[in-house]
Amino acid sequence: MIKKIIAAVLGVWLCFILQSTVFSGIKLGNTVPNLLIILTACFGFMEGEIFGLLVGFSCGALMDVFFSSFNGFYALIFMYLGYLNGKFRNIFYPEDIKLPLGLIICSDVAYGLSCYVFLFLLRGRFDFGFYAGHVIVPEVIATVILSLLAYPIILKVHKAVQPQLH
Amino acid sequence: MILCYTTSFMGNALNYCVGFIVVPFENGISKVGYYMANRAEQLSTIRELLDENEELKARVEELTTENTLLQQDKYELIVLRELYNLDNEYSSYEKTGARVISRDAGNWYTTFIVDKGARDGIEIDMNVMAEGGLVGRVTATGAHWAQVKSIIDDDSYVSSQILSNSDILMVTGDLELYERGVIAFSQLVDSDDEVTAGAKVVTSNISDKYLPGILIGYVDTISPDSNNITKSGTIRPAVDFKHVSDVLIIMKRKDVAEDD
Repeated sequence: MIKKIIAAVLGVWLCFILQSTVFSGIKLGNTVPNLLIILTACFGFMEGEIFGLLVGFSCGALMDVFFSSFNGFYALIFMYLGYLNGKFRNIFYPEDIKLPLGLIICSDVAYGLSCYVFLFLLRGRFDFGFYAGHVIVPEVIATVILSLLAYPIILKVHKAVQPQLH
Repeated sequence: MILCYTTSFMGNALNYCVGFIVVPFENGISKVGYYMANRAEQLSTIRELLDENEELKARVEELTTENTLLQQDKYELIVLRELYNLDNEYSSYEKTGARVISRDAGNWYTTFIVDKGARDGIEIDMNVMAEGGLVGRVTATGAHWAQVKSIIDDDSYVSSQILSNSDILMVTGDLELYERGVIAFSQLVDSDDEVTAGAKVVTSNISDKYLPGILIGYVDTISPDSNNITKSGTIRPAVDFKHVSDVLIIMKRKDVAEDD
């Protein structure tokens, strides 16, 4: 359990730093992939609802502190995402990459949609087609590419911190 | 012979006759002569004129070039004077340099984190510049970091004015327009139709967050609104937001600066 907590704290810390410096600096095809979504979703379906919720909340809180105009907005979204991903723990098998990838895609789409609805639509930006085509979909594609690289690493960490079965 | 010497009986008649016979011819010939002489003179004059003309043309060319150069110099002088004035205006504020250490983790906003914070004297609402233009303002501070909200952010509004005629307008960040490298402006009155593309836009003196006279950018397109009273369009920002790495933070807030 201690190992899991340490892994989660280090994971959040490392991913946030990578996300806000390296990835937002490189910008693959003018889009930043969302490593924090990958981390939150993975912790959700690997470690369960509570872990997903806590990791999501931490990631979101960091986003809020550094980049958001309102406190708690990202924390809430990431928290929900982590919790909902935790619901799929029972049907998660490490060897099958389809479910993790599908969940990451769904999480990123949900994150993009909620950002659009709460941060843009409510201020009268109605051109959903533009925001979907220029922000949400490119981000999902970049995130999928990144998750193909990041998933095996997170999976290794997950296996390393699992309590040994006797 | 003596007769000839003493009298002049033939003289008058001869004179008369000669006068009759010669003078017209002389006249004619001299006229022709004069004509010829004139012609020759004209011809030589034409030749001279042609030469002179060529010379003058060369001179005109020379002068035109010189004039153009002078005009360019003059334009440069005006621009430099303007910049000097702007810089004078800016330099009256105390500034501090800071480095951008991270950018927004998402794709919706363009917020920066810089490496100076409350301990370095940075306060919320201080203005941030780069490359001589306005980047945004500080919206949150930590001990050694500060969050900078840029003017191209979709929910950021800057009250500004056209430099040439001081007409007030509202500059709004717009994610959709910034795909083309521009941001929106609106509520420009400009009743005399003086504002054209390329007009310089600076922060206005009625803004409650931004210090006056900081360059924002240049008008890119302008069109009248459907109410026929105000105009709106797009502005090309002076700062390249994709490559901002070092910024200057003005160490004076607008509300405090007004009190001094």
